[in-house]
Amino acid sequence: MKWQQRRFVLQRLVVRIPYAWLLVFFLVPFLIVLKISLSQTAIAQPPYTPVFELAAGWHGLVAFFSGLSLNNYGLIGSDPLYILSYVKSVEIAAFSTLILLVIGYPIAYAIARTPHRVQAVLIILVVLPFWTSLLIRIYAWMNILQRDGLLNDVLMALSIVKEPPAWLSTDTAIYIGIVYSYLPFMVLPLYATLEKLDESLIEAAADLGCPRWKIFWLVTLPLSSSGMLAGVLLCFIPIVGEFVIPDLLGGSQSPMIGQTIWTEFFGNKDWPAASAVAVLLVCLLVTPIVVYQNQAMRALERE
Amino acid sequence: MTMRRVSTFNLGSIALGIVFLYLPIAVLVIYSFNASRLVSVWGGWSTRWYAELIQDEALLDSVFISIRLALTAATAATILGTLSALALVRFGRFRGRLLFAAMIYAPLVMPEVITGLSLLLLFVAIAVDRGFWTVAIAHTTMAMCFVTVIVQSRLVDFDMSLEEAAMDLGASPLRTFFAVTLPLILPAIAAAWMLAFALSLDDLVIASFTTGPGATTLPIRIYSQVRLGVKPEMNAVCAIMVAVVGVAVIGASLLAKLSGARGMPVR
Repeated sequence: MKWQQRRFVLQRLVVRIPYAWLLVFFLVPFLIVLKISLSQTAIAQPPYTPVFELAAGWHGLVAFFSGLSLNNYGLIGSDPLYILSYVKSVEIAAFSTLILLVIGYPIAYAIARTPHRVQAVLIILVVLPFWTSLLIRIYAWMNILQRDGLLNDVLMALSIVKEPPAWLSTDTAIYIGIVYSYLPFMVLPLYATLEKLDESLIEAAADLGCPRWKIFWLVTLPLSSSGMLAGVLLCFIPIVGEFVIPDLLGGSQSPMIGQTIWTEFFGNKDWPAASAVAVLLVCLLVTPIVVYQNQAMRALERE
Repeated sequence: MTMRRVSTFNLGSIALGIVFLYLPIAVLVIYSFNASRLVSVWGGWSTRWYAELIQDEALLDSVFISIRLALTAATAATILGTLSALALVRFGRFRGRLLFAAMIYAPLVMPEVITGLSLLLLFVAIAVDRGFWTVAIAHTTMAMCFVTVIVQSRLVDFDMSLEEAAMDLGASPLRTFFAVTLPLILPAIAAAWMLAFALSLDDLVIASFTTGPGATTLPIRIYSQVRLGVKPEMNAVCAIMVAVVGVAVIGASLLAKLSGARGMPVR
């Protein structure tokens, strides 16, 4: 009986320590962002008002709540710069996710059809670049995409172009960087489902005289839909908020939303505006995030 | 799946994919040995930039800070993440499980800008001086969720009867955990620690928000150089990091293979 009790105490600790950590360092910070997004910029430390003070008691609380306003959201709504920034982020994320799916699917499919031993090696090869820093991988592309970089050298040598085109500071460069960096995140979930695919279904369809493209369309593709969904979400959500890639490869004229938050915060020192932009970004992403969570939990329970 | 012929199309997609993934890194490493200061002109082989790195004290400082940070955050994240995994897999439907699970899965895809901004605002709100420890807390929070997912997937296909046997033979719950459970999930925990280490070493955005004076991590230092353009010294730094990571990951996967663990962990 004593053990039973000790076991119970232990169990509670195991749950509560990480739980408390996440409450304090994930949930509470988010509520603070929400609160500051309703505050005003001030030349003070911290640079916003009202500041919540417990010591002021009830009056302090009233003053605090009456000091909150939706002004920052109004500002975002009325300034086309912010709206363009959101639109551009979603557009880039959507298109690059589509490109990733089109490029990633054949790779995942091909890997799943190689002998088992080879599969393990190929998967390590696909994941390995992910272990090197994102910053370095993007920097590597800066090397290649410079005006007198390797890409233009090759294009000039093959006389495909006469004048070296500028690749850096364009959306093309952002797409290249994103597709390059996120490819493992698309290939792995796709591979995981394709590898488990029951081959007898494909054989059955073939035996019944179904042409190969139709087998792919009617059997393989639908059966790999859970992997496709996982890959799409795993890429789309973080890409919308991406900072490093557009900052190093893209131009400054139309920033993505991650860059907007960064500049509001570090450049303009406008913390309330940065917070409001961040809150709206989370609102934008909340649906895909919830879908992703359900999908991840279901995948785990299926295992 | 049995042995079969790999079609030309499949072979082609794999080959193209691998070339696409490795070409940029290869170019970077080759150019780090370029003698010319002009990064686009090939001036012959040289290790000149590597020699200059050793004299760059600020850079070496950042390397040291980043490694210390990654060790701290990875260890804390591994402990917290393993506890979370145990909580999620073993303790069924405790109160608040849904919120807990949501808080584990959300940071996996949450844009780093938001995680960084929100943690910074927390540190400001409670008036903590920012520096090494604030970044360590931020990295721990971010990495523990990845640890949870990896350890969790190992715990799910864990044979519970082994634990029951130990307890039937009179081992206390704590003893059972350390003598039976822990050794069995250790490969997953080790892999998770490595991933947490790599995530911390790699992070620029969260560290930029939560850092303070005296805690300039390597990615922050590299970023401040790189955003102004390509520099030969940076090619050398990056080449070294690629080499270190390459050796570590290949070594670890060989080790994992020897100890019979499952494949490399992924997000």
